Amino acid sequence: MSPAAAAVSIKGVSKTFPGGTTALQGIDLEIGPGEFVSLIGPSGCGKSTLLRVIGDLIAPSAGETLVNGKPAQQARREREYGIVFQDAVLFDWRTVAKNIALPLELAGWSRQKRHERVARMLKLVELKGFEDHHPWQLSGGMQQRVSIARALAFDPTLLLMDEPFGALDEMTRERLNMELLRIWEASGSTIVFVTHSISEAVFLSTRVVVMSPRPGRVADVVTVDLGQPRSAETREEPRFFELVTQVRDALHAGHGAKEPA
Amino acid sequence: MSTFVEEPTPVESIPEGYLSGFYSRGRDWVPAIIVLVLALVAWQEGIRIFHIERFLLPKPTAIAQNLVDNWSQLWSSGWYTFQEALGGFIVGCSLGILSSFVIARFRILGEAFMPYAIAANAIPIIAFAPILNAWFGIGQESKMAVAAILCYFPVLINMVRGLTSVPPASIELMRSYAASETTIFRRVRLPNSLPYLFSALKVASVLAMIGAIVGEYFGGSQEQLGIIIKNSASLFMFETAWAAIVVACLLGIGFYLAVSLAEHLSMSWHPSSRGASG
Amino acid sequence: MAAIAIEQPRRSRSLSRRAALYLLVPVLFVVGYSTYRWLGIHFHWTRPFVVDDITMPSLWSIVSALFEPSRVNGPLLISVLLQAAAFTAKEAVIGFALGATIGFVLGAVLFQSRLLQRGFMPYIVASQTVPILAVAPMVVVWMKSGWQSVAVIAAYLTFFPVTINTLRGLQSADPRAVELMRSYAASQWTVLWKLRVPAALPFLFAAFKISATACVVGAIIGELPSSIQDGLGGAILNFAQYYSIEPANLWATNIIAALLGISFFLVVVVVERLVVRRAPEHVA
Repeated sequence: MSPAAAAVSIKGVSKTFPGGTTALQGIDLEIGPGEFVSLIGPSGCGKSTLLRVIGDLIAPSAGETLVNGKPAQQARREREYGIVFQDAVLFDWRTVAKNIALPLELAGWSRQKRHERVARMLKLVELKGFEDHHPWQLSGGMQQRVSIARALAFDPTLLLMDEPFGALDEMTRERLNMELLRIWEASGSTIVFVTHSISEAVFLSTRVVVMSPRPGRVADVVTVDLGQPRSAETREEPRFFELVTQVRDALHAGHGAKEPA
Repeated sequence: MSTFVEEPTPVESIPEGYLSGFYSRGRDWVPAIIVLVLALVAWQEGIRIFHIERFLLPKPTAIAQNLVDNWSQLWSSGWYTFQEALGGFIVGCSLGILSSFVIARFRILGEAFMPYAIAANAIPIIAFAPILNAWFGIGQESKMAVAAILCYFPVLINMVRGLTSVPPASIELMRSYAASETTIFRRVRLPNSLPYLFSALKVASVLAMIGAIVGEYFGGSQEQLGIIIKNSASLFMFETAWAAIVVACLLGIGFYLAVSLAEHLSMSWHPSSRGASG
Repeated sequence: MAAIAIEQPRRSRSLSRRAALYLLVPVLFVVGYSTYRWLGIHFHWTRPFVVDDITMPSLWSIVSALFEPSRVNGPLLISVLLQAAAFTAKEAVIGFALGATIGFVLGAVLFQSRLLQRGFMPYIVASQTVPILAVAPMVVVWMKSGWQSVAVIAAYLTFFPVTINTLRGLQSADPRAVELMRSYAASQWTVLWKLRVPAALPFLFAAFKISATACVVGAIIGELPSSIQDGLGGAILNFAQYYSIEPANLWATNIIAALLGISFFLVVVVVERLVVRRAPEHVA
């Protein structure tokens, strides 16, 4: 695809931190609009760093990043993306509704419009009725749903997610995976998703980018050709297991370890 | 349970670890030294430029001169007053610590007493000084009593909080080892309370000095620093008054630093004494 | 999808049992004081201090003194004391407002610059350790302006805890929340007011609780050397002078002063309850 049409275009991005650690080396990646791309790799491979470079929260040492055809810095200033962290990072002193409204307040939306949008978001993440609750009154999974609602509040075309379900138990995780896919379909946004879990990456994505250990490079890209929409049954398809194995092999190959026979 | 004055807030006004981590290199002190020099120069010159009357605000040099001239008298008065503060500190803090043990052990006592301890901490105890003078005379004992009372409550409140705000998981762990309450107290609660204790001791050291000096304002003998300050001020002998205040400040800072040193020595394992990252 | 809100542990005691607990201390105090007094007078105790009607007036005499005139044909003691308390309270409130504002601004300014912090921190810390009240007589004689100088003393006592806690509080914001705000391209000013200041509120109120008390104390002490008659400090000096004649008056004054200090503290607690919403702690 041509760079202008790509949602995210990463060219030759490297990042070395002041202490000397090289987190990323020569990353080239194109992500098309509407794709769901997972970044997976061992600890320290730089996937979270890469996510932050896309979001212009970290400046790369070399290379160029374009979001929707604009430089990453401009994209951030123009609020082209929403971000979700592993911790919900909600403000304790705000209710659920006001937490979701935060980016809208900053963008100067009128109270009426904010109210409508927040209501729509709450419906989207199935948390209607919790508008006036405070974060500590919610479970971990619910807090993350608020975090997702906030990230989507101003309808960004790009969603950056940094191991958002990493701190949750498996059942909640699988439930939220389904929800995320539903939201993805409904909103049509592009999602870049960092995860540690191979099965999660394969289940959610259209493509899985496997990264090598530090310094992080793109070791392999696995296209996930499972049908859409995905469902609980998808996890039991033979093709699912094949893809999981393929990703696992790519991870081990990047690691240099041999898969036991 | 929601009482009106629920969790006792820890009494702590000075950030932990600020000094040790922040000033790790020698040259980190330079801005502070510059500020001091500038302040002294501004003071000295400001008096000259604005023609401030000598009896209103003396020059730093004049105060320093007075300090040197009267050093032996100021120092012995300072020491005399310091003994009041130290005595009160020891008595008040010890009683506070012992009380906290009892309250932490028998929680129900805590529910009854802590709201009153918190309220008592809000009382201007210094107003009690004249009555203590009536009880103990105007010598050292009455000032010691003021200092002791001032120290007691912050130490009690902080220690109770320190002994009781242990993560539930630690307690469960100890219970799984069939540890007795006493063992739990010794091995978990007591170490947990040390940061709170030292925080309160630092506050108490300041309060003890205040109690001693201000207690003297209500009546005391000529050897006491507070009396010197008060009398010199009312006689418009401001150089002497300021010189005495300098001595009081030195003693106060010294006392505080001594407690900080004790803290550092006994708690080198605690993250706060390894320096904050600001 | 079922809602899984977190249950708050509640220790349930019956209302009457709790009321009994809260009354325990006052009852103990009354009983203890009266018993000690009775024994002390009866057995002529001289240690640790002489016990007689002067050193330990009966609780009843203290309470009844409140409802008698303090001077011949004068107003009731309680109204004299309440007026004095109002006078001192005014000084303390003005001092508090002044000190809190300056402290907050200074804390916010220091927050912006590590260099400024390095320059001023030693003095801020040192000033906390200095017996500030030692300067009180000086300031009052100096400024010669009555209650304003007392307000200045109160402001001085407030300003340091507020400065330090403002600084700590502003720094306490979750770094990820700061990243979040950057992802919204929020300006420094917006980050300050939407994130850092709300995060700093618990710290601020901790400082206010200390300051509230300190202001009252500072106001009372400040009144001592300046022969300001109208406040509680003046009342204390006055009744201290005549203590051996009417000890109950000084004790009554102490009670009013105590109530003043406590009410300042309670106001801060109440405001904190209303303004600061945070997760409750789970501790053993």
